[in-house]
Amino acid sequence: MRQAITNKNPFLVTAGILVFLACLPLVLPKFYVYILSLIFVTALLAMSLNLVVGHGGMYQFHHGVFYGIGAYTLALVLTKTSLPAWIGFAAAPVCSAIAGLLIGLFCVRLTKLYFGMLQISLGSLIWAIAFRWYALTGGDDGIHGIPIPGWIASISNSYYFILFLLAVCLAVMYLILHSPFGSTLRAVRDNPERCEAVGINVRFHQLVAISIATFFAGLAGSLFVVVEGSVFPDLLFWVLSLEVFIMCLLGGWFTFAGPILGAAIIVALRTFVGVYTEYWTLILGIILILLIFFLPEGVMGFVEAKIKDRRETATRR
Amino acid sequence: MEWSESISIAALGSHLLVGLSRAMILFIVTSGLSFVLGVLRVPNVAHGSLYMIGAFAAFSIVNALGGGAPGFWAALVFAPLIVAGVSLVAERALFCHLYEREHLMLLLFTFALMLILGDLVKMVWGADYRSIMAPEFLRGSLPVFGSPFPKYNLFLLIVGPVVAVGLWLFSTRTRIGKIARAAAVDREMVGAVGINVSWVFAFAFVLGCFLAGLGGALVAPTVSVTLGMDHDIIIEAFLIVTIGGLGNMWGAMVGSLIFGITQSFGVLFWPQFAIVFPYAAVVIVLTLRPKGLLKSVW
Repeated sequence: MRQAITNKNPFLVTAGILVFLACLPLVLPKFYVYILSLIFVTALLAMSLNLVVGHGGMYQFHHGVFYGIGAYTLALVLTKTSLPAWIGFAAAPVCSAIAGLLIGLFCVRLTKLYFGMLQISLGSLIWAIAFRWYALTGGDDGIHGIPIPGWIASISNSYYFILFLLAVCLAVMYLILHSPFGSTLRAVRDNPERCEAVGINVRFHQLVAISIATFFAGLAGSLFVVVEGSVFPDLLFWVLSLEVFIMCLLGGWFTFAGPILGAAIIVALRTFVGVYTEYWTLILGIILILLIFFLPEGVMGFVEAKIKDRRETATRR
Repeated sequence: MEWSESISIAALGSHLLVGLSRAMILFIVTSGLSFVLGVLRVPNVAHGSLYMIGAFAAFSIVNALGGGAPGFWAALVFAPLIVAGVSLVAERALFCHLYEREHLMLLLFTFALMLILGDLVKMVWGADYRSIMAPEFLRGSLPVFGSPFPKYNLFLLIVGPVVAVGLWLFSTRTRIGKIARAAAVDREMVGAVGINVSWVFAFAFVLGCFLAGLGGALVAPTVSVTLGMDHDIIIEAFLIVTIGGLGNMWGAMVGSLIFGITQSFGVLFWPQFAIVFPYAAVVIVLTLRPKGLLKSVW
């Protein structure tokens, strides 16, 4: 779908979407602007996960930890130090990327399920520490009432801030994935042995991909603090990580923008289904099963395949 | 952190026993997970939910039969059977159609099952904390190492090895056990000699889930039965099978012992960060032996 549009006029369409999103706070009630901000943050997280899972083929089962590390870093800088806020925003992704690199160094020695399992155990270690270290992280209560700097404190200001950063990050991710590095990464995903044989340093490429992805996850975490004004250990818990996994699947692994769509669907469903029933996870489970049976390529993948089909039949005529 | 002088031999001994009895529960749950992993090659995320259902079902059975010894034994038999029934329905209705798909899809299916079962438990039993008492003859404690030790934990120390030996005999001495082990190694070949692999898988899945239910029923008298116990156990069970060697039953035993004992010694040495110890042990094991301590069947 993306190609179909971008072939016509990529910049115009992207700019159009951006202008449209930028106008929304002028007409929408505050609650919806808040939900949209949350969708953007979650979308950034899902996109960053897809860098390693969809394009890198690594079972990054505990991506949520890096989101949490970013959130906690900003929260700690804002509450425990008197440093200016921008240092917190810079430190959050950097700390996440460092943690991602360290955990990655252990994990890339393994493959597939073992990779994922080791990552879950290392991630759970971080979760357990945050969960118990009351003096620093507030333990299971988390940290609430974080003083957000004035210029992004209002809902619409934070909306524009997040939208701007999301757009920049997506542009950077797009460039990365369409660079030689991105192609190499996909080659490593599809056939690591052959890549090794032709002289590609497989583990180095995987580590770089993990670092980039965790960098963006940390940034998403810091933006979560901007939206919610609080952090809690659930951000580091593995259930969140699997939920982000679902977003990628729902939107479409092998598409660029799929995870954004997945994040939007999940966050919107949770918000609006949650109003009617407390059994929200039941609904999510049923949706997931329907998806596995009927749309294994994800919504975006399905749409892309449909458009491709139509194009092919059109050219045949 | 107090490295107090109060850590005596007696305290060490009783914490070791507590750790061992915890390890027995972990083993019963994990051996089921490991069995499913070995035969079906699927990390069953819903395993913890089935364990939770086992615990809640045991609660209902004990309460329905008046809390005595008959209720307890009935719970130990029927709670796992209820869990096995639930898993049989899920497997035959949905899961068996997915075996040809890639791994990640199977994993996500079991995650979806976990989400659904978690909410179903909330619908049936509600979000309250529940607890049941052990039967009369297992209450109280016996002196061990000069300090009192709960009888129920001693009971667990007997049940665990019994289950282990039973499972070992089952998988090495019976026809269906041998077929299941063969299917774990080479499922095409098992199909080629005329065995219905789909039913072998169903059987393995249901047996694994039965063990989850048994673990849940056994743990019910020692903890408060509540929503969320699925999340806690499943992550521990996964780590245990990983450090033990995927699909290896004795690996599940070794992993459970490591996990249970580090946890209870953690409580002794540094209570605030007790939950960190087992995770750290897992990291150390996987750093030294990336594929687990014992041979994986994969």
